[in-house]
Amino acid sequence: MASIEIDGKIFEAENGQMLIEVADAAGIPIPRFCYHEKLSVSANCRMCLVEVENAPKPLPACATPIMDGMKVHTRSDLAREAQNSVMEFLLINHPLDCPICDQGGECELQDVAIGYGQDASRFAEIKRAVPSKDIGPLIATDMTRCIHCTRCVRFGVEIGGVKEMGAPGRGEHTKITTFLDAGISSELSGNMIDVCPVGALTSKPFRFSARAWELTQRDGIAAHDSLGANIHYHVRGQQVMRVSPKSNEDLNEVWLSDRDRFSYQGLSAEDRLLKPQIKVDGQWQETDWQTALQAAADNLQQIQSTEGASSLAALASGNSTSEEGYLLQKTLRHLGSDNIDHRLNQIDVSDQASAPLYAGFGQSPEAMENINSALIIGSNLRKEQALINHRLRKAVLKDRGLISEECIGDVWAVNPLDYELNLPLKGKLISTPDQTLSDLAGILKALQESGASIDAQTADIIASVDVNETQKAIAESLQAAENSSLFVGQLAASHPQFSQIRSLATQIAKASNSVLNYVGFSANHAGLSLAGVLPLGQAVDTAGLDANNILNSADIKGLVLLNLEPEQDAWNSAAVVDKLKQSFVISISPYASDAAKDYADVLLPSAAFAETSGSYVNALGQQQSFSAAVKAPADARPAWKILRVLANLLGLNIDYDNSAQITAELVDIAKQAGDIDNLQAASLNNLEMLKSGIQRIGERGLYHVDSVVRRARALQATEDARLCEAIHLSPAQAQDLQVFAGQSLKVKQDGNEITMQVMINAQVPQGAALVYAGTAAHSQLGGCYGVLELSA
Amino acid sequence: MSLSPEVTAKIDHWISKYPPERKQSAVMGALAAVQDDNGGWLTPELIDEVAKYLEMPAISVQEVATFYGMYEHKPVGKYKIGICTNISCLLCGSDDVVSHLEKKLDIKMGETSEDQRFTLKEVECLGACGGAPMFQINRDYYENLTLDKIDTILDELD
Repeated sequence: MASIEIDGKIFEAENGQMLIEVADAAGIPIPRFCYHEKLSVSANCRMCLVEVENAPKPLPACATPIMDGMKVHTRSDLAREAQNSVMEFLLINHPLDCPICDQGGECELQDVAIGYGQDASRFAEIKRAVPSKDIGPLIATDMTRCIHCTRCVRFGVEIGGVKEMGAPGRGEHTKITTFLDAGISSELSGNMIDVCPVGALTSKPFRFSARAWELTQRDGIAAHDSLGANIHYHVRGQQVMRVSPKSNEDLNEVWLSDRDRFSYQGLSAEDRLLKPQIKVDGQWQETDWQTALQAAADNLQQIQSTEGASSLAALASGNSTSEEGYLLQKTLRHLGSDNIDHRLNQIDVSDQASAPLYAGFGQSPEAMENINSALIIGSNLRKEQALINHRLRKAVLKDRGLISEECIGDVWAVNPLDYELNLPLKGKLISTPDQTLSDLAGILKALQESGASIDAQTADIIASVDVNETQKAIAESLQAAENSSLFVGQLAASHPQFSQIRSLATQIAKASNSVLNYVGFSANHAGLSLAGVLPLGQAVDTAGLDANNILNSADIKGLVLLNLEPEQDAWNSAAVVDKLKQSFVISISPYASDAAKDYADVLLPSAAFAETSGSYVNALGQQQSFSAAVKAPADARPAWKILRVLANLLGLNIDYDNSAQITAELVDIAKQAGDIDNLQAASLNNLEMLKSGIQRIGERGLYHVDSVVRRARALQATEDARLCEAIHLSPAQAQDLQVFAGQSLKVKQDGNEITMQVMINAQVPQGAALVYAGTAAHSQLGGCYGVLELSA
Repeated sequence: MSLSPEVTAKIDHWISKYPPERKQSAVMGALAAVQDDNGGWLTPELIDEVAKYLEMPAISVQEVATFYGMYEHKPVGKYKIGICTNISCLLCGSDDVVSHLEKKLDIKMGETSEDQRFTLKEVECLGACGGAPMFQINRDYYENLTLDKIDTILDELD
């Protein structure tokens, strides 16, 4: 500890802290541009100069470590003169275009210039001008405004994990740019907009659409991954104009993934459903709420009495609120059916009775920063849960994200694709999906051989497995590490042998004393599981049908869909549309897709994520409530209200005035469920091989995860979205088939044939092909996994 | 385009001077080797190749290549004359050196002669103040310049 004096007041501080940190904690204002609490110190803007007694000249507060007895003056004549001079220098080349600048009104340069700038410029020469670049659909650039603070450059290196922005040139010729003006590809790129202290980097979708002072800030919870990042909606009237992160050190820190930041564009999609509609003799008719809901209720009741309750089913999207899910399952169970689910992305749920109630994190994101050894299983971690990947990256790179890339921890991967991660992998097992089980079994066997005990049935099945060097090294690393963790992701969850993967992963975690984290699940997977949107539960004797079976069973005659588009969301979308046409389908959704108009019978317009109140439970089991940031357009209503009326029409007799009353019931249910033990799993059952042939890898596209994201125009224009349209083949596979990049290829799965463009991708192993799920191709082809027939 | 074996051998020589995990320390030597091999200037493609070879972001290599004055981004003549115009040389008459060369070669500073033989370039202090005024032709220093001496030096070039 040291004691220092700032502006005449004494403060206790830790040795090694920078002056600016102590001043910030004490609320003493020091102007700055390049300093950012989450980035390394570069001390290049010089705005934070302060006077330190006995120092010969002013020192930058951001780069001056404190010393015991130090006396600092932040507003002395010397300090003020230094600060004013730097301000004048920075404004020399800055254009006076604040009236047409999107940053105007929320600009750090404007704010500081008010305090430290002069009212007129002494600079009579010509200002420099820098051409702006097109760096992609998310970030607009006006580089003449840039003051070279390099926050965006350091963000890329230290947080984004890919250096895309740089500062070529020297002195006055320095320009912030990308190499050859290439586009930015980082999945966290939107944060550069936030860290930019001037109007050089602004949001492209938001450009010129509102001024900062017209916006009202409302709190919300991000709806696209299971972290539950905290967000601010910036609202004008009844429109969400943009989204920015709300600081929460436990979850998203001060960052936000691009998916959570730009998905709001989906709210204003052209195919928003604005009025209730019913299909009469094959024709859609707009109607009022009462007629539509009565038609829905009558039909459900009729099916119940003629076909039996078990012919009714309901499916909810994984980002429906807990309240919506709770009412949906209550309604369906009132009718006597347990055919309800939200796990659209899973096909193997055979272990659901013995598995944990929901797949969440086994540790807090903060604890992940202390991991010494990690094993990633079936996950494109960087894309599917960018901010968890960031925690892991911090854990394994020395200096906590500073430029030094020296490794202090081991990360291993068992993946069907050799993903480009932004952290160094110690080793990896990349093989086609039919090898996943044996890869994992080898690791477990290695653990067993080094003394870990595993149950007899599992031991019996893995007895014949050979252990290779990598598997042995993974086992040793996990066992030796003080803090070791497993990350089981979306590709594992949608694998046709997920229950066996779960069993192996759980036993690996137990045998190596590791924490098990499930990542890449939907935003409210935990909340919906707790709310009972599962075919089994405490009060259920025999489990109902799971999502995949509901969509494929001929016995289902009446189906309620909540915020869902099975034609793209389902594990096997191609199979479901014809099937849905045979059933009576009520779609409660913000959108009316062409497919939905084809298969649905009643369309009920619901509010989308920013338009409804409710709560989500994130992967940590934390319940986060939110209110509506804006009103749903036209006749659309929050889904919990729609379900309340529907339930009452069906004789359930429930009466909630607001969603908080439902939340209160859910809190009790969550309490009863208690803590979820992630290390629950059945014994291994088999190591059966999948059908041989070219294996499809059906990763769900980053920007194809739900109906809102699929309609976010800027996200759909990114490279990450564009990649999803093609079929990805390894170079060797392409050579075998004699196809080249960009050529079209006939792709056949489950008897469906489509034509896709080829992309050569060295990440794909020989014997497999990557065809993204959630895409247009997915809806015509088949299941996320399976065997493909390819012909030129 | 990929780097020739002769060039990669030179880059490997630079890499060998640093610890194995600090490959990128060789970036300046690598850029010099690539520039020499390409007739004295760098293209974006070559910068990208160096980046791949040293396993570092292309933008970082571009930062280095544009920060230092000795890397060229446009074609230069066979003889690149870098004239120091910093304080010592200035006081000792570098202005005369510049105007003499501009007149003699009929090109301005920063330009290349039509026959692709000469490029004139203003450079910052090359650390030879004791011999001011001075210039550098390609790798060689010429000090204590007079106008007659400059003529002789240029005449002796092939």
